[in-house]
Amino acid sequence: MNGIGFIKGMLLTLRHFVESYVDDVRYGFKKYSPNVDNFQQRQGTQAAGVFTVQYPDEKVAMPERFRFVPFLVVEDYDHPERPGKDWCTSCGICAKVCPPQCIWIVRSNDPATGRPVPEPEAFFIDIDICMNCGFCAEYCPFDAIKMDHDYELASYDRTTSHIFDKDKLSKEFKYWKTIAPNRAIDEAQARGGWEHKDAQKAARRGGGAADSKREEVRARKEEEQKQPVASAPVAQETKPAAAETPAPAAATSGGGEKPWTDSEEERERRKQAALARKAARASKRE
Amino acid sequence: MELNLQELSKTQYPIPADLQNNVAITSLSKIYNWGRRNSMWPMLFGLACCAIEMIATASSRFDFSRFGMEVMRATPRQSDLMIVSGTVTKKMVVPIVRLYNQMPEPKYVLAMGACASGGGPFKEGYNVVSGIDKYLPVDVYVPGCPPTPQALLFGLIALQKKIDGQSIADYDDVPWYGVGLSDPAPVPILGPDIIDPRQMDMIRRQAEKAASDGGVLNAARSLPSAAVAVLDAPAKAAKPAPAAAAPAASEADDKRAAALARKAARAAKSEGAAASTTPAAVPAASLPSGGKPWEESEAIREQRKQAALARKAARANKTEG
Amino acid sequence: MVDMTVPNSPATSIEDAIADLKAKFPDAVSDDKREGYSGVIVSKDKLLEVARYIHDTLGFDYLSSATAVDYLGEGNHSNDHLEMVYHAYRTTGGKALVFKAQTDREKAELPSLVSVWKGADFQEREAWDLFGIRFQGHPNLKRILMWEGFHGFPMRKDWHEAYYEQDHKPFDSRWPSGHVYRAEERNIFGKNVKYPADIDLSKLTDISESSMYEGFGMGVEYTQVRDGEGMATDQLIVNMGPHHPSTHGVFRMIMRLDGETVTHLEPVMGYLHRNHEKIGERNTFLQNIPFTDRLDYISSMGNNHGYVLAVEQLLALAPKYTPPTYRTEVLRVLMVELTRIVNHLWAIGFWLNDLGAFFTPVLYFIQERERILDFFEAVAGSRMMCNYMRFGGVFADLPERIRTVANLMNDRVRDFNTMQFLTEMINERIPRTIDELDEYLTNSDIVRVRSEGVGYLSREDAINYSAAGPLLRGSGVAYDIRRAEPYSIYDELDFDVAVQYEGDMYARYLVRLQEMRESVRILKQILPRLEYTAGESVASPFAYSGKVPIGEAYGRVENGKGELGYYVVSAGDKKAAANPWRYHVRAPSFINLTPLGVMAKGGKVADLVAILGSIDIVLGETDR
Repeated sequence: MNGIGFIKGMLLTLRHFVESYVDDVRYGFKKYSPNVDNFQQRQGTQAAGVFTVQYPDEKVAMPERFRFVPFLVVEDYDHPERPGKDWCTSCGICAKVCPPQCIWIVRSNDPATGRPVPEPEAFFIDIDICMNCGFCAEYCPFDAIKMDHDYELASYDRTTSHIFDKDKLSKEFKYWKTIAPNRAIDEAQARGGWEHKDAQKAARRGGGAADSKREEVRARKEEEQKQPVASAPVAQETKPAAAETPAPAAATSGGGEKPWTDSEEERERRKQAALARKAARASKRE
Repeated sequence: MELNLQELSKTQYPIPADLQNNVAITSLSKIYNWGRRNSMWPMLFGLACCAIEMIATASSRFDFSRFGMEVMRATPRQSDLMIVSGTVTKKMVVPIVRLYNQMPEPKYVLAMGACASGGGPFKEGYNVVSGIDKYLPVDVYVPGCPPTPQALLFGLIALQKKIDGQSIADYDDVPWYGVGLSDPAPVPILGPDIIDPRQMDMIRRQAEKAASDGGVLNAARSLPSAAVAVLDAPAKAAKPAPAAAAPAASEADDKRAAALARKAARAAKSEGAAASTTPAAVPAASLPSGGKPWEESEAIREQRKQAALARKAARANKTEG
Repeated sequence: MVDMTVPNSPATSIEDAIADLKAKFPDAVSDDKREGYSGVIVSKDKLLEVARYIHDTLGFDYLSSATAVDYLGEGNHSNDHLEMVYHAYRTTGGKALVFKAQTDREKAELPSLVSVWKGADFQEREAWDLFGIRFQGHPNLKRILMWEGFHGFPMRKDWHEAYYEQDHKPFDSRWPSGHVYRAEERNIFGKNVKYPADIDLSKLTDISESSMYEGFGMGVEYTQVRDGEGMATDQLIVNMGPHHPSTHGVFRMIMRLDGETVTHLEPVMGYLHRNHEKIGERNTFLQNIPFTDRLDYISSMGNNHGYVLAVEQLLALAPKYTPPTYRTEVLRVLMVELTRIVNHLWAIGFWLNDLGAFFTPVLYFIQERERILDFFEAVAGSRMMCNYMRFGGVFADLPERIRTVANLMNDRVRDFNTMQFLTEMINERIPRTIDELDEYLTNSDIVRVRSEGVGYLSREDAINYSAAGPLLRGSGVAYDIRRAEPYSIYDELDFDVAVQYEGDMYARYLVRLQEMRESVRILKQILPRLEYTAGESVASPFAYSGKVPIGEAYGRVENGKGELGYYVVSAGDKKAAANPWRYHVRAPSFINLTPLGVMAKGGKVADLVAILGSIDIVLGETDR
């Protein structure tokens, strides 16, 4: 008896040792190559042996429900009617429900009447307090605050950069549709359309404008579908069976760039264009 | 990790095309930093929840031995990097400062997670230190509650890049090669509440003031006079906050602090791209001897407020029009 | 099975026990007639006598929780007072006998019950530390979580911390004009500190260290102790921690050694005391859920479960109450049992680390843990801080697919069918890992030699010291709350309570191993239930600012580490009906440390870390 149990244990260690080379034999030098789509197998339930993720060269992507620090949803910068508009109405529910109370909102007031305007004048999140619990996103009635998936936030200084203000928190709605395509669809169904609740209300009131607007939306959708960023068409209200649609972003996963967005300049350009349009509209009204 | 010749030979001296890949011109700093950053030994030292993610980072799946960090040492004497992984309590900060003082230089501190950076969700608690940078200089902050192993790895890579940016020719970057021992961080005292020795004079003054006023010595007040002044009159931005007046640091401290500040500024400049969120930093704020880590943030806040007001005014104009 | 008859128990049900108690002590015992409260109030002069009767005659041999409540100001009470609340159980199962003792706030004194239940030791010290109740007859009444010399009793309602802003969340300063600031900016010292007005800086000494060594003698004690043969040995005082690779966090032990033998040991804790309960009383009921994640951060799902069960007891007092749906319960059990496996894998792995199997087994276990965490991440959104359960529901149903979405550069995606993933994990991977562990270590000679007969805790001591979980069951007490007082759907699930009789480290290891197998057995029964309840709603009917009816509740679950209890009081405060008046966590990691001294005594110092490892503590829960 003496030593048998010990030897058995050592054999098991040996088996693990041998198993750690199984994948090397199977995939050869291409084990970590982005062209060989074996990540799922290596990380799955049937895997054996080493399952190390070579972090900067390959990263474990995050599931849709993943929560890191929150971000604010703003309308796409190329939105025809309300480009760059905050979805947030500064109702304050997120600030009230936040367990460590890290959300600060300054509500806008109409300077003429002094009545509150449904948009935040300033919005801060102290990410040194935030506990990533996701309550803000869960209880937001306007789908205006969401949990981000970008965890690469390390910095050398916190005093200047760890209180996120509105500029830093704002991300396009498009981004949310990319990082959480299915949830975005579910939420849009609950809202009754892709647009923000208030925009839908306005559209219903507007009546006549709806047709042309729909045209615009359709055109925009077609344009979008040409891009790798795929989102479900607005007309198709039913949720596509998950099995049929492989993760839309999966197609781009091999690419080097952030798949959800075009380059920084492109985004900036669109933003500028949007602002210009906005200004033009404003001057027209005047 | 393999020595990347191309990376090493990126110097200011041009290499003729026919000699490329045959000759490597490099600076001693680069070789030195390459060696240093690939053998960072973290201290085996866990505080709270983040420690579990740190262990996950160290084990099979994320495996930070790929970065030369597998040798986690429990003794501070053999470690280069202190990963402050979790909530720092007042009771625990005393041993932490002691451990830090026992680490040989060069030494680095990584604040992992919201708690170590700024108190986190437990910030309001009576036994919680609102950020380890109140007592120790921090090199890299990794936000998140808890940061995922990948987020921690990103922070460790950011630290490596910071090390890459240091030059051994520059005394400010490598003050530990100077003459004599460096000054230890002052160890806090557990009195009726935690006492930072650097604030001793200030506490004494406040106590005297309280005694003469017949009031109470209670730091929790509505607003400090200085802060009120700043809020009320933003123009007078250069307002010394009370803590700033604390004659805490000796002259030697000042010198060292200045050196550290320059060093941090350099690192931030040279590697600004490493961390997407690093702004043109005001790094002195994270220093231990300054004792006023919130002044900058106030200035920033003021700036933000002004910007917000300007925007508001603009909007008001527009609507009026 | 063990003989589990209760010694001369005259009363079986709780009502009978209370009637018996009232008949025996008509002057001292009265019903607690406050709205929503239960149990009896015992006058403090007779408390010790009554407690002894409850223990000896009525057979409530297990003191689960003893905690203080500060009733100050308005609320569900007439006069300001401090109150100790005790929950005593029988190890044969059944409900709690709740008894309370009240004392004046100014001169707070109560008799100590350590002589009846030794498990009251740390809990009374905590009440002294945080509430300032002096327990007469307590053998070692020192501060336990804060340091000796700290000013004030922080859990009292009128004690405010340096960053105090308001009594209850949400704070008014956040909205609608939330101009951001850091709390440091509002403090003169730029730190989270405040000092008493009468601070005497000339005589400022740090007594936090020296007070710990009181009763040990300071430093090395040179008095030589001579044994029978005239051999001279030194008594040595050794400190271990709070920074030590094998203390599983920031735990500290001070011990007196005779040669290599431990003769006396005192655990020192509080190095991770992050004021969970004080913050919890400022939070709303809902806001506490993510905070419970950070108690025992290895098994956050279990923590959530205990807390929502406690609050659901209160919610059930309301006229309109919808209990959680069956699918909700199924999902909860699924998560909790997976968590238990994670917890035990972690516990065994690090215990083996302490025994010298440095990191090899841990690495094997962490692989499986990572896969389970992937599942948690896909379902709840975070690997560790799941924040999954809600009052009357859960955060969300299982997603159809465990699918990741590329976002950052070089992201690699995975896409599994959730049910298939679960089935493969439960039917193949997890059992295989457990078998592997069994094959690897159960008969390993080294493990057996190191652990058999070491760290012995007798059955009587285990009960009397309020040990819980594998520590209790390893000593031959078949007490598992899932069976003793079933909650959720455990009464319809088929599983056995793992129990071993040896009371040593090896027995605890075997209990954990067995429990993982039982968890797999439960999970296999959960899978079909998941299938046929698909589509049922799991949403919580509780609004974000929902009010909770007046009353008290004690919800407890069998967590991986042992009995996790939450004592919550809703005082019906007009201004803050959504905030708990009292929120207390009965932390198994904390109370399981009470018998550490007994287990270590007489053992070798080299076994000490392993004994600690076999208790399986997590400091987030120990210190809260």
